[in-house]
Amino acid sequence: MTLEPLLRDHPFLKDLEPEHQALLAGCAMNVRFGAGSFLFREGDAAGQCFLIREGKISLEIAAPGRGSIIVQTLGAGDVTGFSWLLEPHQWQFDGRAIEPVRAIALDGTCLRGKCADDPRLGFELTQLFARLAIRRLQATRLRLLDVYGNVHASAG
Amino acid sequence: MHPLAEPAMSAPWTVPAPWRVTAARRESADTVTLELEPPAEEDFAFRPGQFNMLGAFGVGEVPISISGDPAAGGQVLHTIRDVGMATRALCALEPGDPVGVRGPYGTSWPLEAAEGADVVIIAGGIGLPPVRPAVYHLLAHRDRYQRVVLLYGARTPSDLLFTDELAGWRSRFDVDVQVTVDAAAGGWQGDVGVVPDLIATTRFDPATATAFMVGPEIMMRFTVRALLSAGVPEDRIFLSMERNMQCAAAMCGHCQLGPFLVCRDGPVFCHRSLAPWLRLREV
Amino acid sequence: MTQAPADGEGQLVMARGHLDRMLEAITRRGFRLIGPTVRDGAIVYDEISSSADLPAGWTDEQDGGTYRLRSRDDDALFGYNVGPQSWKRHLFPPSSLLSRARSDDGLSFAAAGGQQAAPMAFIGVRSCELHAIAIQDRVFLGGRHVDPVYADRREGAFIVAVNCGQAGGTCFCVSMQTGPRAQSGFDLALTELLDDGRHDFLVEIGTARGAEVMSEVACRAAPTADVAAADQIIQRTAASMGRQMDTGGIKDLLYENFEHPRWEEVAGRCLACGNCTMACPTCFCFSVENVSDLTGTQAELHRSWDSCFTMDHSYLHGGAVRVTNRSRYRQWMTHKLATWIDQFGTSGCVGCGRCITWCPVGIDITEEVAAIRAEPPDQAEGGQPGDA
Repeated sequence: MTLEPLLRDHPFLKDLEPEHQALLAGCAMNVRFGAGSFLFREGDAAGQCFLIREGKISLEIAAPGRGSIIVQTLGAGDVTGFSWLLEPHQWQFDGRAIEPVRAIALDGTCLRGKCADDPRLGFELTQLFARLAIRRLQATRLRLLDVYGNVHASAG
Repeated sequence: MHPLAEPAMSAPWTVPAPWRVTAARRESADTVTLELEPPAEEDFAFRPGQFNMLGAFGVGEVPISISGDPAAGGQVLHTIRDVGMATRALCALEPGDPVGVRGPYGTSWPLEAAEGADVVIIAGGIGLPPVRPAVYHLLAHRDRYQRVVLLYGARTPSDLLFTDELAGWRSRFDVDVQVTVDAAAGGWQGDVGVVPDLIATTRFDPATATAFMVGPEIMMRFTVRALLSAGVPEDRIFLSMERNMQCAAAMCGHCQLGPFLVCRDGPVFCHRSLAPWLRLREV
Repeated sequence: MTQAPADGEGQLVMARGHLDRMLEAITRRGFRLIGPTVRDGAIVYDEISSSADLPAGWTDEQDGGTYRLRSRDDDALFGYNVGPQSWKRHLFPPSSLLSRARSDDGLSFAAAGGQQAAPMAFIGVRSCELHAIAIQDRVFLGGRHVDPVYADRREGAFIVAVNCGQAGGTCFCVSMQTGPRAQSGFDLALTELLDDGRHDFLVEIGTARGAEVMSEVACRAAPTADVAAADQIIQRTAASMGRQMDTGGIKDLLYENFEHPRWEEVAGRCLACGNCTMACPTCFCFSVENVSDLTGTQAELHRSWDSCFTMDHSYLHGGAVRVTNRSRYRQWMTHKLATWIDQFGTSGCVGCGRCITWCPVGIDITEEVAAIRAEPPDQAEGGQPGDA
């Protein structure tokens, strides 16, 4: 039984051509995480990206004295995991399920292999991830601006 | 004249009226809501989006949006953030203290024109108080509107205002409330992310919806872009703007924003008229 | 006020020797005379008691950053143009008390009492100044809120206008359609007729109370020749303006050029000293201050002239909106010539030239407009606000 229907339904991949969706199904696995459990941890080998179907995850990082800090939450329709694209293929943050999560995990090695074999698929997929990365970058920049910041702190 | 303008006032702008603080509630580390009562002979009424000039005796006056329910008579609520000498003095007031008040001033949210379709309210930080009166109106006349959405962002969970009320609204089936923060400590069960990103995942009909927005200018510019990308027409996006205000009577010149006097032609503006001026720096 | 008759009918001729009778008739009606007088090397508007206080035989030479008084070789009483001050100094004083507050027996507020000792009569108001007063009337009296201080001083002010017998080096009222002929807004309008053997004034009646004043002064109906002579003087003035400004489509021109490179260029010269805003007869920005006494039970609300050139003018959230010199000069000029139109329905400029004369570095608003018109910016620079 292939996961093609699930891939087709996910907002991130729904605009890919059906033959590309079929190719990607070969790299896909249905996964499930209970609330509170980790999808991945900082420093782990990043072999996958996750297309979230249900639930909510947080991207967190911990520092001594600061506890753990949530930098982003993602929900149904979102994608997490760019590290499969870039060396050294390592997770930079912890990913934790805040609510029970159902997702499709796409294996990184498999994805890289299919993209190498089919440059058009490679281009389409890279475009999708590039757009996603840009949106995340803009959101991150907006947070960096600290627009709600304390006026006294910023007075200069 | 601007279509959102209000009718004439008779009291001279130079003479405030003596109101009284009846309650003071701390909302967050730097924000207080004052409940003020007008003098007995004053028949005060305001429209959502309008503001009063509140005076800290011997210190100065500041424009503060009215943050309460326009349909409830009696006490008038103002939510104030401590950002300078006058606001600090106001935040320190206690029940029984007198305060000089002039108003109401400015334009208001076009709530009647928004009837019959979805309304998306977007607030950032201290932007929730100026738009709360509109929320009260929408809920009091719920059957006149289609989907009602409230998107609210703040810096961290401890900076969120009116959390009890938000929870109450969220528990209603006829309001979609989404709250997000820029960063949170582990354990936060809500969203972490920016307000503009909420637009893409919110259910509403962009072609017919009206959006009311208040927040830091940068946040508003990003959110406007997200609304326009989603297909909301420019003339159905309304923003509440801020500039230095001293007289609030359209004659001291400080609140100019290009061709507009924010105290008279705003604070609520239609994005279509404002758009060319928002693009420019130092205007 | 009624419009003066257009065809010269009803105009009078009054000998210079009777000017004091006219001033006395005005004083008898309870007015305090304010008129031009020489002080500190300039012609300013201050209290006068008779025509002896007027700058007889003086003229002014004006250019960018230049103002000099020079003796004339005649005794003309109004043979000069405008000085560093304008009538706004008296209608909208540089500093005023607005209201008082007390907190010792509950909190109470009261408007500041009577603003002036007696109503004022302005003697020698030029056409550009009549327009400037009308422009400030719209700001202070024409909106939803009325300014009580301005209203008190403006209401009942008696105005004796004067048609300019010469144009100044920085004048451009013709370009702004604000002169040189005084058209309305006056009780009386004088044109000085001075040549060999005569020194008279052609007097145009503007209102019933103006006519009443003249009924107490020896004068006669103006012969056609005198009316024609006055006309010629005014036309000669109109033909010799020191500056000119093309105001065609000026609002759109400036709206479309908010990022023009010229702003950077003028910012390199502008000192942000604010002289222009103080000298300008229409600039109205003021700051409001709250001052309390040592006991903390009495406070006063004051206002004083402010200028958009100050760093604090646009202060918001810990900093100014307009930080650079460039943005502040741009604010002043685009307000004066463009956004004023959207805010109040008319231009803010009357072409009096004071901003040019009193700018220490001689920045010339007419030259700045011409420069922007002449040089369409690069496509890459285009800032296009469009219509408000």
